Amino acid sequence: MSIEQSQHELDPTLSDDRGGRNIERAGQWQLAWWKFKRHKLAVAGGIVVILIYLVAAFAEFLAPYGPGDYSARYTYAPPQPLNIWNGESLGLFVNGYSVKVNPDSLAREFVIDPEIVIPVGLFVEGAPYKMWGLFESNIHLIGPLDASDPMYLWGADRLGRDMLSRVIHGARISMTIGLVGVGMSLFLGILLGGISGYYGGQVDNFIQRLIEFLLAIPTIPLWMGLAAAIPPTLSPIQVYFMITVILSLVGWTGLARVIRGRFMAIKNEDFVTAARLDGTSELGIMMRHMAPSFASHIIASVTLAIPAMILAETALSFLGIGLRPPVVSWGVLLQEAQNIRSVALAPWLLVPGAAVIITVLALNFLGDGLRDAADPYSD
Amino acid sequence: MENRDQDSVMSVEGLSLDFKLRKGIFHAVRDVSFQIRRGQTLCLVGESGSGKSVTARSLMQIVDSPGRIAQGRITLRADGREIDITALDPKGKEVRKLRGAKIGLIFQEPMSALSPFHTIGNQIDEVTLIHTDLDAKAARQRTLELLRQVEIANPEQMAERYAFEYSGGMRQRVCIAMALACNPDVLIADEPTTALDVTTQAEILDLVKRLQTERGMAMLLITHDMGIVAEVADEVAVMRYGRIVEHGSVDKIFHAPEHPYTRQLLDATLKLEQNARPATEAAEVAAPDLKPIISVRNLAKHYGGGRKLLGKDAPAIRAVDDVSLDLMPGENLGIVGESGSGKTTLGRLIMRIIDPTAGTILYRQKDGSEVDVAALDKAQLRAYHAEVRMIFQDPFASLNPRMTVKQIVGDPLYVNKLAGGRALEEKVAELLDMVGLEPSMMDRYPHAFSGGQRQRIGIARALALNPRVIIADEATSALDVSIRSQILDLLLDVQRRLGLSFIFISHDISVVRYFCDRVAVMHRGKVVEQGEAARICVAPEHPYSQALISAVPNPDPRNKRMLQRVRLNAS
Repeated sequence: MSIEQSQHELDPTLSDDRGGRNIERAGQWQLAWWKFKRHKLAVAGGIVVILIYLVAAFAEFLAPYGPGDYSARYTYAPPQPLNIWNGESLGLFVNGYSVKVNPDSLAREFVIDPEIVIPVGLFVEGAPYKMWGLFESNIHLIGPLDASDPMYLWGADRLGRDMLSRVIHGARISMTIGLVGVGMSLFLGILLGGISGYYGGQVDNFIQRLIEFLLAIPTIPLWMGLAAAIPPTLSPIQVYFMITVILSLVGWTGLARVIRGRFMAIKNEDFVTAARLDGTSELGIMMRHMAPSFASHIIASVTLAIPAMILAETALSFLGIGLRPPVVSWGVLLQEAQNIRSVALAPWLLVPGAAVIITVLALNFLGDGLRDAADPYSD
Repeated sequence: MENRDQDSVMSVEGLSLDFKLRKGIFHAVRDVSFQIRRGQTLCLVGESGSGKSVTARSLMQIVDSPGRIAQGRITLRADGREIDITALDPKGKEVRKLRGAKIGLIFQEPMSALSPFHTIGNQIDEVTLIHTDLDAKAARQRTLELLRQVEIANPEQMAERYAFEYSGGMRQRVCIAMALACNPDVLIADEPTTALDVTTQAEILDLVKRLQTERGMAMLLITHDMGIVAEVADEVAVMRYGRIVEHGSVDKIFHAPEHPYTRQLLDATLKLEQNARPATEAAEVAAPDLKPIISVRNLAKHYGGGRKLLGKDAPAIRAVDDVSLDLMPGENLGIVGESGSGKTTLGRLIMRIIDPTAGTILYRQKDGSEVDVAALDKAQLRAYHAEVRMIFQDPFASLNPRMTVKQIVGDPLYVNKLAGGRALEEKVAELLDMVGLEPSMMDRYPHAFSGGQRQRIGIARALALNPRVIIADEATSALDVSIRSQILDLLLDVQRRLGLSFIFISHDISVVRYFCDRVAVMHRGKVVEQGEAARICVAPEHPYSQALISAVPNPDPRNKRMLQRVRLNAS
């Protein structure tokens, strides 16, 4: 067969022009990337996820206040809109509060007073912090020029703490608990799922029944039981660690099943048999032939597992058996929104809930796109 | 159209089909015209990707998105009026009335064409109920009559069964019954026998031909097999790259082809009608002082069986049953059989991908000493696998899509630490050159190659370790006919240069006849007949071999082989 003739036999989608990109020499990651880029929703989800992780990484700098900073003078202060035009000149400012007494409940309430102008600046000095525990600074992205003036862009909670700052700081815990938890699940999942899929037989049977047993236990009572076993004397950081362990002890089962399935599917592929006949050792087959073909699938499953972890942490903390103050996570923040009175009076306490929804959706879109792109050879 | 005549049931004029892709438009079918006449069979022949299937689908307006009819007219003449199918809405009522009623369709894959949830009877009833005003009882009567016509025994009972209780050939009969339920004027058969064994294929073709003659239907048969064309066609249209390159009566196409592509197709088919191994080579092989390189004795592989925890003892499935074979040095041994005959299992047993239940496989090493393959340990097996290599059936599944060609072909050298770096690259270039590929392509990934090229890559991998024996398991069955003979010639050329022996496993008699010196015919796990390829393919002795050989279509319309077919009744 001549080369010219064979070119005609190629799939027309492959031989068409792709803007000079060389599809013949493109490896799996390149192909997967091209396929992923076509999935617009997933790309958008990916950008949102990256932004949220950046927020989590630079929380101290981005948040106007520290997570625990409170002001007894401004409890349940409503959100202030950020203005840039005061009628005369251009400049960032917020309006201050004046106190009114509600004629029905006789409670003190804050209303925004357009008369009071509080100038706001970028890169202002504020509460000191230690960035990543490395160097000290007191520069914040945004804040009132006079540190004693109030600025609550997303409102304040029952102790007069800034919701914006707390949501930003909460992102760090909530987002990393997902990563760390999934990391541990992944370790257990690859190990047990891999053994189960590769060896099969009795071992597979045992591991699969174990997974079914774990899946059969109602999750919330199991978490509650495990969380109750955490000694109350532990420091918040240790509690954080224990919670991730608890979450991943339940979370590995799904990943283990995905990995077992991939192992079983690939184990009998002709190219794996061919590699065995080439004299490749068992380890070589796993590392050089099997692992690359499911690495992309694993990344996709991991992306889809993170939102489950975030939701689990939120649920646990919301129930009061997960993380505890003074640690700030979205779940801990939502605890504040547990009673109906505060929600009725201060609906901005639900903002962490919105953060959870956006994050989980973005991660799911990203994960779906990654899963579709994961195997560029199936079309 | 100049030759519109009274017999024409369906005419296609200037049909073009476009597929809108992300970048540009792919013209799958370009300016195709033909007529289908009452009582006649038009065969649309072409290799994969020629646009023949999508043409057939457009006749019923069932082209999948993003494909669409760009130009042309499809006219159906039925009940004394003309219907322009292209003008109908693909999802509309009008075209649904035609599908199944005026135009019947038989699919390639009988396994997936039937619903697993409904009984066979109900599925055929449905067609009648939709298109006629018969009641359920009358429809069932008709269904039973149809099943009788397609030669299904005990139609009353079989109608109550489900698709999974039917064999492949029986399912295709059911599909035919369904297609014929409303006495269509046109029957479209899209590769109706490609998924079937050769003996079943002959029966289905017989059946279709007989029903067509009885009913005076017009038929459009789509196939890639010139043998089938010669057996059933009245008229032939040869398609390539979406165009009809030649159109004419079957006799003219076979005996006076004009277009070079038609000639190329015919040559590729006819070439496989003779043996490529001259008698001298076979004589050398038969020299008395030679001892077999592989000698299989009483080999068996049973699956299942033994004591069960509950219930009765299940009988074991004898996939390979008491097989004895010899492979001489420099010889090509063919193993033929239909699906389920155990030929692939036999190949895998010889490679020891699976362990035999009983029997021995003796392999004569280079120094003349014999070893039993079944008893080799891991290190010895590795050495054995370096000398006895395998070529796989599926050129897509057998190459790791995540490795470049260099990595794939060089992998055996790399893992056996025979070469690395520069030396590896040179060796891979040499191997690629030997199998007729550009060495500069070694940095590409398998997806950049066609099926035939991939099979060449697989051959290069098999040759990398300087083997003595190659076991080729259906190595050419996934390829188009013109590429098939090229791959066979490549294997013969490599054999001449390197002095290899081949065990060639195939269901395709013509391939074996072309390639092999000796043939073993397998049936239900047993070797029923062994002998010279020339003799087995012309004058087989065992009744099963006779049935098998006589079912192979003959690519000569003046000498249809299937008419003198031997049927094997003992089953």
